Amino acid sequence: MADMTIAGEFFRGIVKDNPVFALVLGLCPTLAVTTSVENAIGMAGATLFVLVGSNVMVSALRKQIPPITRIPMFIIIICTFVTIIDMAMEAYTPPLYEALGIFIPLIVVNCIIIGRAEAYANRNTIKFSVVDALGIGAGFFVALVAIGAIRELLGTGEIVLFGLKLISIPIEPATFMILPGGAFMTIGVLMAMVNYNKIRKARKGA
Amino acid sequence: MEDSLFSIAVNGIFVQNFLLVQFLGLCSFVGVSKETKSAAGMSAAVLFVMIIASIASFLIYTYLLLPMGLTFLTTISFIIVIAFLVQLVEFIIRKFSPPLYRSLGIFLPLITTNCAILGVVILNTRLEYGFVQSVFYGISAGLGYTMVMLLMAAIREKSNAIKVPEAVEGLPHAFFITTLLSMAFVSYFQVIPT
Repeated sequence: MADMTIAGEFFRGIVKDNPVFALVLGLCPTLAVTTSVENAIGMAGATLFVLVGSNVMVSALRKQIPPITRIPMFIIIICTFVTIIDMAMEAYTPPLYEALGIFIPLIVVNCIIIGRAEAYANRNTIKFSVVDALGIGAGFFVALVAIGAIRELLGTGEIVLFGLKLISIPIEPATFMILPGGAFMTIGVLMAMVNYNKIRKARKGA
Repeated sequence: MEDSLFSIAVNGIFVQNFLLVQFLGLCSFVGVSKETKSAAGMSAAVLFVMIIASIASFLIYTYLLLPMGLTFLTTISFIIVIAFLVQLVEFIIRKFSPPLYRSLGIFLPLITTNCAILGVVILNTRLEYGFVQSVFYGISAGLGYTMVMLLMAAIREKSNAIKVPEAVEGLPHAFFITTLLSMAFVSYFQVIPT
């Protein structure tokens, strides 16, 4: 693995290995908290913190963790960081904590994090593990904010970010987009677009 | 706190359905709903572990974590308990019922990371349910999960015959079916008195 570059590893997480659209991991928080851009940013931030923390720890301890007990070890490491962010958010950002609710403790069972620990951090140096965590975290961030922006814009007619109105369009708000059905539809449409793009590229290459 | 058992059941199965309304357990939902047989196996395993996890987590939370002031360990202790229970259930089933093990076996390890299970036990503590209520909520959530899994698997099996554009095949198609199912759950079941 001599040809790994830091930039390459970082952008791989956003485009080629995008956790939501390419790997289809971590669907539950992706759909549940994207009723607004603000919630999406909060969730992606919390996940990024846990991802970086667990990747660093797993990578640092990868020679000490016996292979047979690695999964429970990973879960305990991840759980430690989840508890940290859970308590920090409860103390410093109570409204966001209320809005995200049960999905903050549920970061523990987010397949993205344990997947990266198992597939990447367990085999690579700390430096590249951090870059990988940042890249995957950024990919998750992009996906969440995209879904959140679409749902908030169509569902309420405007995007409000930390009290600032970013954009508003003169439409009748479609409450459907805020309801769970809207989440499934948005991700379905986005995935179909990603697939379409992939198929077109493959045809061009062939 | 004072929710009646009937309202807990209706909430768990229909109004707050885990898959379609609360978005819990979606990974397994899109993963194993391709055929009815594996969907049924997964649902049975989830229902089973959900009930045991509700019981175990209630006992641990009430008699261990609360009196000792260790509530900050809630998440970590619950996930360990669930992982332990899943292992235990796997051993027991393998020992006593090999046929059941062959049909459920491959799904059991996946359950540890199924957010529906951890979701049930965390919701139980957040809603401050008592013992009977916790167990009841576990059962209803599991039944709701089972129902939607079977519905979805049946629809997906039948919809194999439909010709869709190449880009929509597979997951996007599954998500569109889920959209319709979810709309039905959100719109129709809200009229049930709770």
